[in-house]
Amino acid sequence: MKLTDISNDVNEWFNGTGPLADVVISSRIRLARNLAGHKFLTRCSDEEKTQILEKLRQVVMALDLGDKIFYMSVDKAPVLDRNFLVERHLISRNHAFGKGPRGAVIAKSQCFTAMINEEDHLRLQVLKAGLQLSACYEQINKIDDMIEKKLKFAFSPKFGYLTACPTNLGTGIRISVMLHLPALKMTGQIEKFLNAAKDLDLAVRGLFGEGTEATGDFYQLSNQVTLGISEIEMVERFEKEIIPEIAQFEQAARKKLLLSQSSLLDDKISRAMALLKSAHLISSQEALLLLSHLRLGINMHEHMGALTPGIESIYALAAGEGSSEKLSIRTINRLFLLTLPAHLQVNSGKILDPADRDALRAKIIRSTLSSNS
Amino acid sequence: MLCQICKEHEATIHLTEISDGKRVEMHLCQGCAVEQGIAAKSQMSLNELLSNLLASAPADDEIAIDSQKDVVCPCCGYTLEQFRKESLLGCPNDYEVFEKALTPLIEKAHQSSTTHCGKVPVSAPADTKRQTELLAMKQKLETSIKAEDYETAAHLRDKINKLEN
Repeated sequence: MKLTDISNDVNEWFNGTGPLADVVISSRIRLARNLAGHKFLTRCSDEEKTQILEKLRQVVMALDLGDKIFYMSVDKAPVLDRNFLVERHLISRNHAFGKGPRGAVIAKSQCFTAMINEEDHLRLQVLKAGLQLSACYEQINKIDDMIEKKLKFAFSPKFGYLTACPTNLGTGIRISVMLHLPALKMTGQIEKFLNAAKDLDLAVRGLFGEGTEATGDFYQLSNQVTLGISEIEMVERFEKEIIPEIAQFEQAARKKLLLSQSSLLDDKISRAMALLKSAHLISSQEALLLLSHLRLGINMHEHMGALTPGIESIYALAAGEGSSEKLSIRTINRLFLLTLPAHLQVNSGKILDPADRDALRAKIIRSTLSSNS
Repeated sequence: MLCQICKEHEATIHLTEISDGKRVEMHLCQGCAVEQGIAAKSQMSLNELLSNLLASAPADDEIAIDSQKDVVCPCCGYTLEQFRKESLLGCPNDYEVFEKALTPLIEKAHQSSTTHCGKVPVSAPADTKRQTELLAMKQKLETSIKAEDYETAAHLRDKINKLEN
């Protein structure tokens, strides 16, 4: 399988569906595991790392997952391919640019990845669209069980699954929910969300772009505690308490925008539409921000029936020319992904410098918006 | 106003502390405040967090770490000095070898928990599952006693007795 087989469309978990899809983009669960009888990677020679890689690769590749899977030697892959996988959230940045022999088993649906020799010997991940943490856990737990039938993981009755870093000790579970919170940002309430997350001992990161900066109002919320609370308790806490509460908070902010700050809302959406439709050079940062505002407009129309002058501007041409396809969340999500730096380069089949990328990005956005709206 | 510690930079953090009825004011620059552990940096990497946890551990924890300073893991040759630098352990056995030194750190990272609660490998001997459950329940019992929730505590105590026999 080649990367270009998947590089032109959105992943299943990024198609704008699933429970609470107007706020929750996707749910992800990762499990950290280490093989019993081997040292952690910090103390492994390249030879031992290769042994671990081979053991795990064979077992994971032989699993019956009901999905086509392919293997990638991450350490031997070109830098562009690695960046592409990071942009798609298929492997972590640490895995892409770590040291020594390492690889990834990736499902063609892109809903499952096994990172081998990341920080721990094995990091499994399952992703689904919208708020579907229980379904993610059910699937990842089954995969973990299947692997455990073939290999023994380092485990102690007191400390649970043993991990290279004590912060992952115990269940080794990392639950992450990707959220789109543009109305909280516009109404100046995002700090409240950040403070609440901090009080609950949760980590907040950005979804796109480098580092932790949240570009385009996309946030990733994760647990930090992995010891003393079971996987199921943690999943339920996120799925039944934390995330629905945040979603309500964002939805209330959207209503508030509609009822008492509609000029602000219309201004943001109309400006975004106008800029995206006419720009000839656009940075990835600016594109994320403007597309975020379009996404908000479409979601408010689809989920709340809102139709303000700004939202109408998104659909204006569609009504006039009877265009066949209405601009959808899926189309916007596709633009988010396809205009990221590595995606632009993989899809055009060559290395592009930043100025060329800005021009190509603007061109893709212009042509998509004019054919859809 | 200049920082009262370095007397070089502008003081941007102003602190008023009242203890034993006495009022003490402090005016510090960002750098000195961070050094004093007053102003937390906004973004902290995991490694930094860990080394800070190690560095700022109270005296008891320091004693715990110092008491194992010369210990070398027989499986991987790792020492706590290396852990301080890398924030990652050398092998699964380190948790047993350095248990004393690591426990305070584990408590801090996991809201005071030191015992696993959750999945046990399918292949683990039946006894492992029972042991894990027992340890998790004992920890919960301790928490409920601390919280003066005696009803839960009594319930847990009965369950523990049943499992132990």
